[in-house]
Order: sequence, then C-alpha cells, then structure tokens
Amino acid sequence: MKRIFFAICALLLLAAPAFAVLPSEQLSDPKLEARARHISQELRCVVCQNQTIDDSDAPLAHDLRVILRERLLAGDSDEEAKAYLVKRYGSYVLLKPPFQANTLLLWLGPFVVLGIGGILVVSYLLGRSRLQAAPQLSSEERARLDDLLKPETSE
Amino acid sequence: MNRALALIPVGLFVALLVTFYLALGRDPTHIPSVLIDKPLPAFDLPGVRAGTAGLRTSDLRGQPMLLNVFGSWCISCVQEHPVLMELAREGVVIDGIDWRDEAIDGAKWLNQNGNPYARVGNDRTGRTGIDLGVTGAPETFIIDAKGRVRYKQIGPIDADAWNNTILPLLKKLRSES
Repeated sequence: MKRIFFAICALLLLAAPAFAVLPSEQLSDPKLEARARHISQELRCVVCQNQTIDDSDAPLAHDLRVILRERLLAGDSDEEAKAYLVKRYGSYVLLKPPFQANTLLLWLGPFVVLGIGGILVVSYLLGRSRLQAAPQLSSEERARLDDLLKPETSE
Repeated sequence: MNRALALIPVGLFVALLVTFYLALGRDPTHIPSVLIDKPLPAFDLPGVRAGTAGLRTSDLRGQPMLLNVFGSWCISCVQEHPVLMELAREGVVIDGIDWRDEAIDGAKWLNQNGNPYARVGNDRTGRTGIDLGVTGAPETFIIDAKGRVRYKQIGPIDADAWNNTILPLLKKLRSES
C-alpha cells in the first residue's frame, strides 16, 4: 500500500507543468530565450487579461510572444522590447503598473492615507495629554480642600 | 481643528465609494486605445481576392469613416455583419481589415454574407492588427477626415453603440470637415 502511494507521488513529481510557450516559438539562443521568458511573464495577455502572455494559449498571446522574440533578436533591450508593445496597447499590457502621472494615486495613495492616519492619532494623543494636565488647583482651592478633608475633631 | 481632521477619513471613505461605484459600470475587458486622436499607423495590405486592391493607410482620409476589424473565424462578426450591411446601404463608408485570416477564407466569408466594405485589406499575419492595438475581433475605429483615430468600438456595433456613440460622433466629425 505504502509502496503504491510513494510510486504515485514519484510519478506526480515527474509531471512537468504544461507550458503555453510552444517549442516552435523558442529561440535557439538560451540566453535570449531566458530574457524573452522573463519579459513575457511581465506582460498581460490582452485577450484573457489576468494571464501573462507567457501563460496564455490565446492566439494573440502567441503573436505577441513571437513579436517579443523578434524584437530581442533585432537587438532591443528588455525595456525597448516592452516599449514596443506599450506603444500599441498602452501601459495596460504591463502587469506591474509604471510610476507615472495617472498612477500617482495608486503608488502614493497608501502612504498619504497612512500619513493622514498618523496625523489624526498624534493630534488625538496630544489633545488627551493636554486635557489631563489642565485642571490645577489654586492655592485657595487647595487650602479649602484641605480644610474640608480635615478629620472632624470632637469639641 | 480636531473636528475638521476627523472629517478626513469620512471624506476618504466617500471618495472610495464613488470610485468603486464608477468602476462598477466599467468593463475591465475594454482596453482603452492608445491611438485616440493620433494618426493611424502605416500599413499597406493586399486585397482578399487576387488582383483586387487592398487597403493602405492613405485610403483612410478625406472623410469620416469606419475601419472595421473582422475575420472569417470570428463569431461575433457574424452577429455584427447585418448592422454593417445596413450602415453601408445608408451610405456610411466602412473599410475592413480581414485580421489573422487567410485571404481566401476572408473572400469566401464576404461572398456568403455580403460585402459592406468599400475596401478590404487582408492582414494574414495579424501584425497590422497588433500595430493598431487590436485585442480581438470585431473592433471598429472611427477615423476623421484627417486620418486620425477618434474612437474605438470594442466588440460588435449594436443599436446602442451606434445611436448613442458612433452616429453622434460621425455627425460631429462630418460638421468638422
């Protein structure tokens, strides 16, 4: 029983994940191919949207993978190859949104909210300590209090 | 002072609600075109039938017109096709790109369904479509008289898109030119 279990586990380990990238698409230069794989993992498939073009079986994702490899073969840097697609599909194809005017809120928003929260907490704490420090008795009040608290003595 | 500060989180919350509410009405599968208000990228496509004229960028100027991306493999294009036929009858100029398609299949499809296009170019490799930022067929670009893209319709043109978006824009473009 145990043996069968281990045998099944061993077989499962042998199973390689299925790749969308077809052998015919791959470049013969392993270095370039590695770069292409890396870049295509950062690019959104414009048909299926929540997949990378590296993962997607969509025909358009195939086209984009081929184009990406052509750009690399033509001597483009990683950034230039990405820019080629951004020029056509907008920064939407980048899975990691770039830091630019229309993404300022996205990138800086959390820090702004954190800052506002911090200001609120600090101002609240300062206000409370001021309140605690405020009531001070004058010397007359203290004398009267002492007088009132004096234990009554029998006549 | 403190009371004013305390209103900030409430304001932020309301702003979030408004943002989310607006986002509800947006279809995330519609990728905005980067070509809006820009000239069409250069292309020169062969026709779908041997010996017929194709479609090139310089064809798309002089008057406001539609540029429709279709394919014989495209199911929604069949749904859209009667609308295009009707528009062509009404005198709207429509050029077509037969995208990611063998020319012979495109020609057959047009023979079967009718041809609403003034000119058709065959983009067998799909590269022109990619240059145009096409994410799927059908897509329709509205081109002004100067050859600039003014709007992109993603998916089939239906009565709602035609009456509320495309026709008003075409009228505006016609009055411009």
